[in-house]
Amino acid sequence: MRKVSIIDYGLCNLDSVARAIEECGAAPLITHRPEDLRASDRVIIPGVGAFGKAVENLRRDGMDEAIRAERERRALPVLGICLGMQLLADSSEEGGDFRGLGLIPGRVVRLQRTAARERVPHVGWNEIEIRAPHPLLEGLATGTNFYFVHSYHFRCEREGDVLAFTPYCGRFASVVAQGDIMGVQFHPEKSQKAGFQLLRNFLSL
Amino acid sequence: MLKIRVMPTLLYKDVGLVKGSQFDSTRRVGSVLQSIKVYNLREVDELVFLDIAATLAGRRPDFQLIDDIADECFMPLTVGGGVRTLADVRQLLAVGADKVALNSAAVENPVLVREAAEAFGTQCVVVSIDARRHPSGAYEVFTHCGTRATGLVPADWAREAEALGAGEILITSIDRDGTMEGYDIELTRDVSKAVTVPVIASGGAGTYEHMEEVLRRTEAAALAAASMFHFTERTPREAKLHLRAAGFAVRL
Repeated sequence: MRKVSIIDYGLCNLDSVARAIEECGAAPLITHRPEDLRASDRVIIPGVGAFGKAVENLRRDGMDEAIRAERERRALPVLGICLGMQLLADSSEEGGDFRGLGLIPGRVVRLQRTAARERVPHVGWNEIEIRAPHPLLEGLATGTNFYFVHSYHFRCEREGDVLAFTPYCGRFASVVAQGDIMGVQFHPEKSQKAGFQLLRNFLSL
Repeated sequence: MLKIRVMPTLLYKDVGLVKGSQFDSTRRVGSVLQSIKVYNLREVDELVFLDIAATLAGRRPDFQLIDDIADECFMPLTVGGGVRTLADVRQLLAVGADKVALNSAAVENPVLVREAAEAFGTQCVVVSIDARRHPSGAYEVFTHCGTRATGLVPADWAREAEALGAGEILITSIDRDGTMEGYDIELTRDVSKAVTVPVIASGGAGTYEHMEEVLRRTEAAALAAASMFHFTERTPREAKLHLRAAGFAVRL
């Protein structure tokens, strides 16, 4: 059974992610201890909360370094969810100017409304438009709906790192990947069948 | 395109789910966990769970109950009722709520909205507003399950709540609650025009046409309904089929 470390940086509830991982047939471990990554097959950086505080807590616990060090040693796929995806970026303008983990080049910026009907935060079910096939998106098609709740988005430096866009406030990157580091702006653990499909894809990479 | 959300509201009092009318005289509608399981199977968009007796009784939220609910709930969950402090918000999120609804406490202590947004992000702070229409046609915000007048105008309070950090506004018409006579269009329109965060219309839905009407005439982003789903044969899925036929984007 795959062991999945779910990084706990003390800002949000991780039970729903852990429960979803269990439902997908893997063993979740909620942790903030670097040594736990040693025995992990996968890492999930979940996310709700504010960017600055999250990255501060990750550094305090040494988790950013631990992920980097462990990935130098061996293959260790990483999935960032919502704020967790944004943390993969170089920097964020949320609540100031903060440095991210720098795992995928880009900056996190606020969603800008392009129509009166568009509200921020972007809350609810919206679709993905897949621009590049990827094992993470196996069995999922353009038009599949996922659950979103966020006010900021990841502006990738390289278009090639974007696997899918979502049409809102213009359009924003909703799935990103560089090698086996991946991020999704939506919450797969709250996205029912489609979300579980994506998590199973991540587990079987 | 962002889909219109159809959200069943579960109202909880003492030991079971209830549904009243105009915030009064509730009747029981069954066990919470049963309802959650049904909504899981039906893949509803989102659930709202409100413990309507908590604030009046001076109780804190029942964290153990919310924990049990959240464990079973594979859809986004908003929890409200009896939330008084930042510690309450933290604990509700910790046991599995995705969003926390602040109502009476937000009016009495608006700083709580700001503190919660700063600590946990605006996206998990819902400010829930209950309002009544006076014979003059003016609207007023009421707290404590509709028992206390505040002197606040709903649209003004919504604007202030947004400025404080609310990520969503749940606007409920006390007059229409449980009547199944349709949403209060004017109230919903005033509030949804006043803010740029999403607004959830609540109170009065009885038919699919009511849902269509509030979408056509206001800027609501989501529709909450309780009685309609508890006491009639109508379902969230059929509501969305109706809305799709009427030209709205929904998730089916």
